[in-house]
Amino acid sequence: MRNATEEPGRDVVVSLKGVHKKFGQTEVLRGVDMEISKGEVVAIIGKSGSGKSTALRCIDLLESINSGTITVCGHKVHSPDVDLRALRLDIGIVFQSYNLFPHLTIEENVMLAPTAVKKIPKKEARELAHRVLGQVGLMEKAGQYPDQLSGGQQQRVAIARSLAMEPKVMLFDEVTSALDPQLTGEVLRVIEDLATKGMTMIMVTHEMNFARRVADTIVFMNEGKVWETGSASILNDPRTPELREFLQNEL
Amino acid sequence: MTELDFSVVFDRWGMVLNGMLLTIELTLVATACGFVVGTFCAIGKRGRTGWLRRLCGMYVEAIRNTPLLVQIFLVYFGLSNLGLSLSAITVSMTALTINVGAYSAEIMRAGFDSIEKGQLEAAETLGLTRRQVYWHVILKQALERVYPALTSQFVLLMLSSSICSQISAEELTAVANFIQSDTYRPFETYIVVGMLYVLLSFLLRIVFWILGLAIFRRRRNLQAFI
Amino acid sequence: MGQSFAVGYLLFLGKGALWTAGLSSIALLCGGILALVVALCRISPQKWVRLVMALYIQLIQGTPVLVLMFLMYFGLPSLGWSVSPLLAASVSLSLYVSAYLGESWRAAIQAVPRAQWEAAECLALSRTQRMTKVILPQAVRIATPPTVGFMVQIIKNTSLASVVGFIELVRAGQIVNNTIFQPFLIYLLIAMLYFSMCYPLSIFSRKLEAKAGEKSYA
Repeated sequence: MRNATEEPGRDVVVSLKGVHKKFGQTEVLRGVDMEISKGEVVAIIGKSGSGKSTALRCIDLLESINSGTITVCGHKVHSPDVDLRALRLDIGIVFQSYNLFPHLTIEENVMLAPTAVKKIPKKEARELAHRVLGQVGLMEKAGQYPDQLSGGQQQRVAIARSLAMEPKVMLFDEVTSALDPQLTGEVLRVIEDLATKGMTMIMVTHEMNFARRVADTIVFMNEGKVWETGSASILNDPRTPELREFLQNEL
Repeated sequence: MTELDFSVVFDRWGMVLNGMLLTIELTLVATACGFVVGTFCAIGKRGRTGWLRRLCGMYVEAIRNTPLLVQIFLVYFGLSNLGLSLSAITVSMTALTINVGAYSAEIMRAGFDSIEKGQLEAAETLGLTRRQVYWHVILKQALERVYPALTSQFVLLMLSSSICSQISAEELTAVANFIQSDTYRPFETYIVVGMLYVLLSFLLRIVFWILGLAIFRRRRNLQAFI
Repeated sequence: MGQSFAVGYLLFLGKGALWTAGLSSIALLCGGILALVVALCRISPQKWVRLVMALYIQLIQGTPVLVLMFLMYFGLPSLGWSVSPLLAASVSLSLYVSAYLGESWRAAIQAVPRAQWEAAECLALSRTQRMTKVILPQAVRIATPPTVGFMVQIIKNTSLASVVGFIELVRAGQIVNNTIFQPFLIYLLIAMLYFSMCYPLSIFSRKLEAKAGEKSYA
C-alpha cells in the first residue's frame, strides 16, 4: 500500500489497524492492517475462510470488531458513537447476491435511497436514477422488475443503486462469484469503468486477471491477516509460499 | 316427517338482510383494525425493546389459546366494570379486533421473517432507518407473501362473528335465533342462514382476491388465493 | 354477594373442564374417523366422489360452528328426533373436525412423494395395500404436527357447546356466576383454565413442526 507519509498529497481514506474479530469462539480476523488512499483500487484475494469478506463487511459496520481501529473518510467506525448514517452515505457496498428489492422496479430500486435518505424530490431522483443506470448501460430496463433481468444485469443495477448515493468509497464483495461465467464480463466492465473514473474501491474477488489489470494494489489475506501485499506484480512473482500455493490452485 | 316450510324465513327477508349487513360491518371493521394492530404487534415482537417483545408475545399467546366466546365476555364485563356502557356492536368490534389482531400478528411476523437478510443488509447500507426499511422494503413484500393465509384468517373472522350473538349484537346468527323462536321453524331457519354464511365466505374470498390484484401489481401465483 | 371463591365452586369448574376435555376427545375421535373418510374420498379416482366431498367440505367450512350447533340442537327436534346438548355438540363438532382435518389429511397424503406411490405400484401391491402399508404411515408422520395444532381449535370450539346448554367449562362458570355474581373474575379464571389446556398443546405442536422441518423427505 502506498504509505501516506512517503507520498505527500495522497490522503488515506480507509485505514485498518490491528483489527481483530471473533465469531463465537473462532477468531476470523487476527490483526488486519490496511491503508487505502483516495482513488486507489485495491483487490483483496485469498482462499475462503481467510477473512477477506469479513474484513470488507467490518469496514461498513455490517460486522462489529473486537479490537483495533477502522477509519473511513474521517469516520471512526470502531467507536460506539460513530454516525452510522453519515458513514453509510460515504460508503457504497455491492453484494454477491445483488439483493435488489424484488417488489420494486429497477428505477424504484435505484431511487429509493436518494428519496428516502437524502430527501431528494422524486423528479430529480428519477433523473439521477436514469443517469446512473445509463452509466451501467441499463437505462432501458428502468421500468422492469428484477426478476425479468439476468444475473449480470441485476448486479449492474445493484452497482447503480449504490452509485446513486454518490459514495466516496465503493466496496465489492465477490460480486461476480454468483454469476454464470458469460455474465461476469458486463459487470467487470462497469467496475473497470468506475476505476478509471477515479473511484476509491476495495474489491474482494476471485477474478485474478481482472485484478491484475485493474487494481493498483493486491492484498493477499491468509489466516485472518494481511499476508502479502503489493502491486499487481506479486501475482506473477509471489514472495510468500502461501500466495504461491494459492495462485497455483486458482489456475 | 313434518313438512318443511322455508317461506317463514324469506318472509322476514328484511331482518335477515340487516343481520347480514351487520355481520359484514363487524367483519370489515375488525379486519381493518385488527390488521393494523397485528402489524404493529409483529413489528414490536421483532424489535430491540425487551419488555415490548414480551408484551406482544403474551398478548398473542393469550388470545390464541383461549376461546373467542370467553374473550367476548371478558371484554363485555371488563368494559362495564370500568364504568363504560357501550353498545353491543362496539363491544363486539373491540373483541373481534383484539382477537384477529393476535392471529394477524403471527401471520405478519412469519411474513417479516421470510424477507431475505441480504435485502435488509442492502437497505441498511444504503442508509435507510429501521422505520424506512419496514415501510419501503419489508411490509409490502411480507404482505404479498402471507396474503392467502391472512385473508383466510379474515374469512374465519367473519364466521366467528356469529359468536357476537351471545352479547346481543343483532348480526346474522342473532337474527336466525329470533326468527326460529318466533316461527318454530328452526331447521329451515338455520339451513338458510348456514347457506348465507357459505355465500358470504365465498363472496368475501372473491373480494380479497380482487383486492390482492389491485394492491400487488405483479400478478403472481393467483391460484393460491382461490 | 361477591364473596370469595369456595372450593366447591372450583371443583365445579374443574368438572366442567373435564367435560371440555371429554367433548374434545369425542369430537376428535368421531371427527377423525369421518375425516379419514373425507380425505380418502378426496383422493378417489372417481371424479364425482371427489366433487361431492369437496362440496361437503365447502359447506361445513363455510358455516359457523355455532350455527351448526343451533341446527343440531333446535333444528333436528323439529324434524322429530330428540337431541341432548351433548349429542348436538358432539355431532356439530365432529362435522367441523371432519371437514378441517379431512382437508389437512388429504394434503398430507398428497405430500407423500410421488416416488413412494410408484415404488408401491411396482411392488404389485393392491390399491388398499399401497395405502395402508406405504402411503398412510408416511402421511401420518406429515399430518401429525398440524393435527396436534388443530386440537387446540377443537378445545376452544367446545366452549360453544355452552350455548346449547351442555355443561362444559364455560357453562359451569356461568352457573357459578349465578350464585356469586362476579362475571369478570369467573371468565378470567375460565380463560386461564383454557390457556393451561391449550398452551402446552400449542408449544408441542410447534416443536413437532420444527422437527418435521428439519427432516428431509427423499
